[in-house]
Amino acid sequence: MPISKIELSGVSQQFKKPDGTVFHALENVTIRVEAGKFISLIGPSGCGKSTIFNIIAGLQQPSRGAVIINSKDATGMVGGVGYMLQKDLLFPWRTVLDNIVLGLEVRGVSNREAREYALPFVHKYGLGGFEHAYPGALSGGMRQRAALLRTLLYDSEVILLDEPFGALDAQTRSRMQEWLLQIWHDFRKTVIFVTHDVEEAVYLSDDIYVMAARPGRVKARLEVPIARPRPREVMLERPFMLIKEECLKLLGQFEEHAEAA
Amino acid sequence: MGIREQFVRTNAATLAGPQGPIRLPDEIAPVRKKPFAAPPRLRRLPVERTWPTWFVVAFQATILVASLGLWELATRVGWMDAFFWSRPSAIFATLLVFFTAGDAMTDIWFTFRAAIIGFVLGTSAGTALGLSFWWSRNYANLAQPYIVCFESIPKLALAPLIILVFGVGLSSKIAIGVALTVVVSTLTTFSGVKSVDGDLERLMYSLGASRWQVFCKVVFPSVLPWGISVLRVNIGLALTGAIVGEFIASQHGLGRAILYAGQTYEIALVWVAVLVLSMLSIAMYLGVSRLESVLLRHVKR
Ligand SMILES: Nc1ncnc2c1ncn2[C@@H]1O[C@H](COP(=O)(O)OP(=O)(O)OP(=O)(O)O)[C@@H](O)[C@H]1O
Ligand SMILES: [Mg+2]
Repeated sequence: MPISKIELSGVSQQFKKPDGTVFHALENVTIRVEAGKFISLIGPSGCGKSTIFNIIAGLQQPSRGAVIINSKDATGMVGGVGYMLQKDLLFPWRTVLDNIVLGLEVRGVSNREAREYALPFVHKYGLGGFEHAYPGALSGGMRQRAALLRTLLYDSEVILLDEPFGALDAQTRSRMQEWLLQIWHDFRKTVIFVTHDVEEAVYLSDDIYVMAARPGRVKARLEVPIARPRPREVMLERPFMLIKEECLKLLGQFEEHAEAA
Repeated sequence: MGIREQFVRTNAATLAGPQGPIRLPDEIAPVRKKPFAAPPRLRRLPVERTWPTWFVVAFQATILVASLGLWELATRVGWMDAFFWSRPSAIFATLLVFFTAGDAMTDIWFTFRAAIIGFVLGTSAGTALGLSFWWSRNYANLAQPYIVCFESIPKLALAPLIILVFGVGLSSKIAIGVALTVVVSTLTTFSGVKSVDGDLERLMYSLGASRWQVFCKVVFPSVLPWGISVLRVNIGLALTGAIVGEFIASQHGLGRAILYAGQTYEIALVWVAVLVLSMLSIAMYLGVSRLESVLLRHVKR
């Protein structure tokens, strides 16, 4: 068995509810990701996807279980992964360029050096001409791209993307998917991706973890045995359809239809 | 198979939201036939035509001249007692004397200095104190009741005590100004600290930032607009502090000039000092407003 790049073993997370009872946000979640893989988490809203990310990023101490990155215990350690939170979270008082270099800046890279490094990316990924604009002047898609660039330029081996394309129109979205695959391929990052879009998950991923809610848990792990690079036409082919249907079934979306018929 | 089932069947995949399939309600509410008692009403959008600037200025000048004229007239005719109320012509004459003879500039400079120094010290100390609460929630909880207590004391009531401690010179006037402004800044900045976007902090931490980095790059810029918003309030408070200090015991200052003139029944001089004080206040207010807009332009987008 290959060594995993990142591993969640038996992670549980409980929250105290305001009425004093305990809420099980995650129950015994185990996820293993090999280096260079693209993994997606799908599941109903509130099943704990963002919570998993917060735990991996070290922003939250799990009630039980451990996060292991590069075979070392990284539970509760920050700075080990690039994390794009569900909101784009651009600093309104910083220009696009200054937002993008934030990760480098925090690490102590000089401002000039960081900007020089980041500027070509800004142009390459469709933010050219906006590098000195403030986020308030950007469209939703551009904001998302800027936030994604910031995560990528942080230059960690593992990146966590929490619904990065959730707010984009279908066209921009598919372009962003291509772009992400390109980057993932170029930089050989290990990506964990959260989405609500089953098609997106199947198209992008090597493995898909399907989750269920109350308590949040992994229901199944599906492999996507479709060769890369994947032209968009694969979405119309049978293997793709089968996996997609399998996912939808696991998400419980056909069960009720069966009752209705 | 009814239409409903068919609909669900053909659209199950596309309609399926993240929470599962969207279920059609079993009974769709019938369209309401009877109109509501309150039908939609057409109205004209309220629009006020703006007067040209020259007209507004002329109007304002007219009001000013008319009220001064009325005042003058009233004291001449005897509707108002000129001994208590003085009259514009006498005030104007006194104004000339005030600036040519005597030490008007010393008084103005004294009051101005006391207000500005009190303003700067009180505002920066308060802002620093408010910001410091970000560093530890325990420390903030510990300090809060003391802050609230200090806030609730009428600071001007302490003025005689402050004069005793700091003497009759400039420092006591500054101290009263500081006492008035520091709490306002502290409380406002603390509100700003509490409203810092926790997700921005988390983002910074996820990038491996130290607390100091989070403070400099997230907390300080977020709180700055709050700190700036109290500047205008504080300049007024600092001036009030300086004047009250001068009322109680002082050798110089516009406050002392007013008190002195009042005690010697030189009502025209009272008016002159009040007038000069107002000018000073307006000048400082405009200065701070200018500072505020410059700072905000750099902070807020
Ligand atoms: N700090 C917290 N305190 C209490 N409850 C929390 C906290 N964080 C998350 N939860 C709860 O845990 C559950 C999982 O939240 P999470 O944000 O991980 O869901 P999600 O899968 O990301 O949902 P979505 O797809 O809508 O983003 C939710 O029910 C949420 O209310
Ligand atoms: Mg989420």
